[in-house]
Amino acid sequence: MNLLKFSRGGVSPLHSEHEGKTLTEKKPVVELPAGKTVSIPMVQNLGAPCRPVVTVGQEVGVGEVIGEPLGFVAAPVHASVSGKVIAVRDLLHVNGKLLPHVIIENDGEYRVNSALKAHTWEEVAALSPEALGKIVLDAGIVGAGGATFPTHVKLSIPADKKVDMLVINGAECEPFLTADYRLMLEQSQDVIDGIRLLMQILSPDKALIGIEDNKPKAIEAMQQAGKGVPGVQVCVMRTKYPQGSEKQLIEACTGRQVPSGKLPADAGCVVVNVGTCAAVADAVLRGMPMVSRITTVTGAVREPKNVRVRIGTSFSEAIDFCGGYEGDVKKLISGGPMMGVTQFDDGVHIVKGTSGILVLNAGYANYPDESSCLHCGKCVYACPMGLMPLKIDLWSRKKNWEMAEDYLAMNCIECGSCSYVCPSKRHIVQGIRLAKAEIGRIRREKAAKQKEGGK
Amino acid sequence: MEQAKFVASSSPHVRGRQTVQSIMLDVCIALLPSALFALYRFGAYSWAVLFSCVAGSMITEWACNKLMKKPNSLKDLSAVVTGLMLGMCCPPTVPLWLPFVGGVFAIGIVKMPFGGLGHNFLNPALAARAFLLASWPSMMTTWSNAVDAVSGATPLEAYKLGQPAGYSDLLFGHVDGSIGEVCKIALLVGAAYLIIRKVINLNTPVGFVVGVAGFAWIFGGYGGLFTGDPLYALLSGGALMGAFFMCNDYTTSPCTPAGQFLMGLLAGILTGVIRRFGAYVEGVTYAILFLNVCTPLIDRYIRPKAFGEGKAK
Repeated sequence: MNLLKFSRGGVSPLHSEHEGKTLTEKKPVVELPAGKTVSIPMVQNLGAPCRPVVTVGQEVGVGEVIGEPLGFVAAPVHASVSGKVIAVRDLLHVNGKLLPHVIIENDGEYRVNSALKAHTWEEVAALSPEALGKIVLDAGIVGAGGATFPTHVKLSIPADKKVDMLVINGAECEPFLTADYRLMLEQSQDVIDGIRLLMQILSPDKALIGIEDNKPKAIEAMQQAGKGVPGVQVCVMRTKYPQGSEKQLIEACTGRQVPSGKLPADAGCVVVNVGTCAAVADAVLRGMPMVSRITTVTGAVREPKNVRVRIGTSFSEAIDFCGGYEGDVKKLISGGPMMGVTQFDDGVHIVKGTSGILVLNAGYANYPDESSCLHCGKCVYACPMGLMPLKIDLWSRKKNWEMAEDYLAMNCIECGSCSYVCPSKRHIVQGIRLAKAEIGRIRREKAAKQKEGGK
Repeated sequence: MEQAKFVASSSPHVRGRQTVQSIMLDVCIALLPSALFALYRFGAYSWAVLFSCVAGSMITEWACNKLMKKPNSLKDLSAVVTGLMLGMCCPPTVPLWLPFVGGVFAIGIVKMPFGGLGHNFLNPALAARAFLLASWPSMMTTWSNAVDAVSGATPLEAYKLGQPAGYSDLLFGHVDGSIGEVCKIALLVGAAYLIIRKVINLNTPVGFVVGVAGFAWIFGGYGGLFTGDPLYALLSGGALMGAFFMCNDYTTSPCTPAGQFLMGLLAGILTGVIRRFGAYVEGVTYAILFLNVCTPLIDRYIRPKAFGEGKAK
């Protein structure tokens, strides 16, 4: 079979050396019971934060809005359990900042908010794309793959752009994570329903489901579920990191390259994760907003598991549910080993984008000592974006942001392939991230100055 | 407090297995077939030459680190590789102090003063060879054959004299030449190992081979254009050693695919120019050294095509 793949770079040995998926890939998703309290962060998406709209002492039901978005690029936040709001205060967030959380005392009844409305397919057929989009917005759906970009924003295509391809991300190219895999196996019908709903909103010519060839069962399940749905097609891709990156996925499935610095819509595509599709189906057909998700709890825990967990459950509760830590644990990561964010405290709470909780022991989590750059060019070969990571990192270390920008630092997707292959174990992505932050700051300052000058 | 034991760092949290040390070890292993052949062809003395080179390199690296108050870098094995490479391109008959001096020069002058591994702008082994060749030219070009005691011309000299050696003699090393360069089969086995281990890629070597063979074919013959013998050019002298072990030295060659090919190609052509028109019969060393100097320039102007650039729909 001719396997699809993106055109350049990437790392393939990753999957043989650090597979890790075997820990959990055969384990069905189990429900993780919510604890006595859940603490739901008001920041759960890329873009604007939410404003808490409940008061202490107020009774809430599952799916009731507790945070309203402060801007277009944001999605509301809902209660994931029923019970009484006992506090609204700042707690440590997975992004490392102190941010407002709404703390709800779980009454254990999971009483569903009566305002929620489920739709039958007949009712759906009568809905306009805008009305469906509104349901997605109201359900607080954000990209479940980890980037947490609000889905309704992706679905509002500017009038001057035409989207003819809906690309569904089932690649799950991060080692260790199996949440999307289990979802595709166990809830393939939900994913397909979500795709049908998204197709009604976007009316694309085709919906392509991209899955890597190391997940043959998921491919089969999705092909089975998608049978008879016009326009839906499963694309089998070669297993290569970062296949699940938006731009690489689009290239693998459609052969199109998103122009540098532009969005997928500029290539006529919208990319949605399989988890997001299932969430859309939940929201429209069952009326349930995004209040839970599937997360892989794996690595150095006694019983690695795939769990369905309510938003606002703490990492420590999830880890206890999986038998607790095993051995000499060194790193706690929200997400996968390639792009996940390390946590220094396991008291943080699961958000809509927590695709995995990975615990690494001392053997894995060594922070290698850097040696000098050999100039071997392995990072240049590995970069899926066609950049010269060694140069960007070099200029970043010299704090020369102009040269870093000249070497296209802003095109970096931070996939980590360069750091992965570096024989000198240099922290290349770290340097590039710093450069990106500084270049962004300089650009904003320039824009602000121009605005001032214009007045 | 249990939480305090978590380490926070930037992603990625897993790294590949290849390290500087593993790469250098692979290069040593790749040079082993050639070294073993030298043992068979030139006797134990050739290994003494190799060891002298390696000793010179390692002692100098250790001393430089001490002097500059830097951590000891011997365990990355790069000094061993430099020494071995230099030894491989010495004649098998040199007095033992000569390769030692070469090793000292390679590390003490070419590598460490510029900052050590990754910072030198010339290939240390080749620069040291050029130094030895300029300082002790007769010792560095005496190829008397230690085993069958026949002193003769190297294949390149023979070609210039109009009495070329046979291909199989070239391939299997029944000719005179430097310790590690005579047996092309051994070199190719080593190169294949490096390719399989993903230590080197083929861009620079292919460029170099095309450059050498192309130039030799077009201009290398003495009967006019296109009468040269490209295969002979490749199988004689240090062409294959240069292509697979010298030209693609990480630090002193470009880091982009196109740049690497260009560097190899130019070095190959320049090798041909020196061989054909220069006073020396062999040009690999000087050609590669010249292109080493050009590497920053190549890297500056040849960049890979970024994803999404110029292919806008």
